[in-house]
Amino acid sequence: MKTAERQFTTISGVPIEPVYAPESLEGCDTGAPGEFPYTRGIHRDMYRGRLWTMRQFSGFATPEETNRRYHYLLQQGQTGLSVAFDLPTLMGYDADHAMSEGEVGKCGAPVSSLEDMEILFRGIPLDKVTVSMTINSPAAVLWAMYLAVAEQQGVDWARVSGTLQNDILKEYIAQKEYIFPPAPSMRLVTDTIEFGARHTPRFNPISISGYHIREAGSTAVQELAFTLRDGMEYVDWALERGLKIDEFAPRLSFFFNAHSDFFEEIAKYRAARKIWAYAMRDRYGAESERSLKLRFHAQTAGCSLTWQQPYNNVVRTALQALSAVLGGAQSLHTNSLDEAYALPSEHAVTLALRTQQVLAYESGVAATPDPLGGSYFLEKLTLESEAAANEYIRRIDEMGGMIAAIEKGFPQSEIAGASYRYQKEVEAGERVVVGVNRFQSDEQPIELLQIDESAAKNQQRKLAALRARRDNGRVRRALDDLRRAAEGKENTMPHLLDAVRAYATLGEICDALREVFGTYQETTHL
Amino acid sequence: MSQPIRVLVAKPGLDGHDRGAKVIARALRDAGMEVIYTGLRQTPEMIVNAALQEDVQVIGLSILSGAHNAIVPRVLELLREKDMADVKVVVGGIIPDEDAEALKRQGVAAVFQPGASLEGIVGFIRSAIADSERHLPQ
Repeated sequence: MKTAERQFTTISGVPIEPVYAPESLEGCDTGAPGEFPYTRGIHRDMYRGRLWTMRQFSGFATPEETNRRYHYLLQQGQTGLSVAFDLPTLMGYDADHAMSEGEVGKCGAPVSSLEDMEILFRGIPLDKVTVSMTINSPAAVLWAMYLAVAEQQGVDWARVSGTLQNDILKEYIAQKEYIFPPAPSMRLVTDTIEFGARHTPRFNPISISGYHIREAGSTAVQELAFTLRDGMEYVDWALERGLKIDEFAPRLSFFFNAHSDFFEEIAKYRAARKIWAYAMRDRYGAESERSLKLRFHAQTAGCSLTWQQPYNNVVRTALQALSAVLGGAQSLHTNSLDEAYALPSEHAVTLALRTQQVLAYESGVAATPDPLGGSYFLEKLTLESEAAANEYIRRIDEMGGMIAAIEKGFPQSEIAGASYRYQKEVEAGERVVVGVNRFQSDEQPIELLQIDESAAKNQQRKLAALRARRDNGRVRRALDDLRRAAEGKENTMPHLLDAVRAYATLGEICDALREVFGTYQETTHL
Repeated sequence: MSQPIRVLVAKPGLDGHDRGAKVIARALRDAGMEVIYTGLRQTPEMIVNAALQEDVQVIGLSILSGAHNAIVPRVLELLREKDMADVKVVVGGIIPDEDAEALKRQGVAAVFQPGASLEGIVGFIRSAIADSERHLPQ
């Protein structure tokens, strides 16, 4: 094909002009780093003041083995922890539940009770290390366990710092790990935001996540728009609860994907900060500067990793991580080369961490804020991303908000359509995936982390012993109290704390909530 | 024209990552097959019952969580119990090579790993059904 006829588009299908020039900057009002609308970053000095947090998402087999991995990662220079829970934990089932068969410890660490949480953080001072927890439907329960461990360590909650993912809306939209229907789920999220505003001033009670939306196959603009509109939905609920915007908005945090299209991703992060700053100021009347600043974690794109030629994944991850750093991320996870197959081996996760360290200490990209600011192409892409995302946000507003849109299947259908289009493009060879649809070769298999069924047996044994040992009368009373609180309107957090302190299990607590709230079944949107 | 091939696409286990299952369901439908998608969190019992009710020739299982060794043998066992061993079972997802071989020995018709092409999957199902129809008693 002749160059003149060939269409160039970003990986999301946004057309790219043959050349960008000074006139591309028309309408561009980026301002300076650290100044409204923060397009160029939330800090004047950016990484000169403080590097991003290197936070590798990790958890597997048992709390004991995961705790060993955490100590290893901290020794290797990682600067924060990020807990991956297994699927039974994410779905609010104990390790000995029938639905947990074959799943315990496979995709993360199993945590069925406070005892498991104690083991997970053994020897890790919660006033020194910040911890992110990827948990959604039962997030309030796991957070209660975490705060109870801090209590045992003698750490004041006011000093505990970290992030709870706790973003239920993107579960309905993309990742599908929901338990309860939207309204009671949003009530639980609002309970944590309210509790956090009163008791844990340094903890982010929510991480509003585009990552999973993108992994489900969305475009960059869909990721941007749906995530920010989700954020507004949480703000609406917290305001409805009676909180003041500047009481809780500074602790709302975000989580974006770092996908393969380098400039499109940087534009996405810049547009995200700008849209959020305007929305907080103009839509919600926030006055505190901290409310206006969008802080985000980034993770390189799991869905871009290939099973074929796995060492290519190191290169993909490095480029994606570079886009997150150039886009001003506050913390970063880099995927390991073996993650198209399994949870990462120690060797692979070390290489992924080294990738961040090379970026931070050797590449020079951290020496000045927003080093690509002013690039004709990047500024134009930023403006286009902003406009396209605002158009989606307007449509969702018209539908009556994100929950109404989810019930219509709107974001789900948009994502499914984008994902199918992308797959057809790969199939037709219009999108090249190196080693998959071009430049194929046979490769030697790599060594993988294996998790056998002994992890599940170990967890089940511990649970049986716990159920026999604890004061079951106290457990029953705590669960009855929790049920009553859930039926009423009061904040459930104090009751969840009492239940976990009594060593009620995750499954028992979620069952009590299931009785009150019911469960959610989605209508599938192909 | 012969009858369209009937396929049940199912997501067993706790995993909610349904991107692959949905893409496959659409691709099979675009290829002229009749596709029934079960939705999420199906037990082997629910899947085999749905296959029976819908009278499908093929069951496609999408599993990304690593629980395949617990789930797939149970589906095969239930199919045999219900005298439905002629239903072809194909599995897609994150299935390591040695597990894929073991599942095939137990009766799975094919395992599609990441990067498998939609065209290849459609082609496999068409020829597997054509083969089994040739072998039907006249």
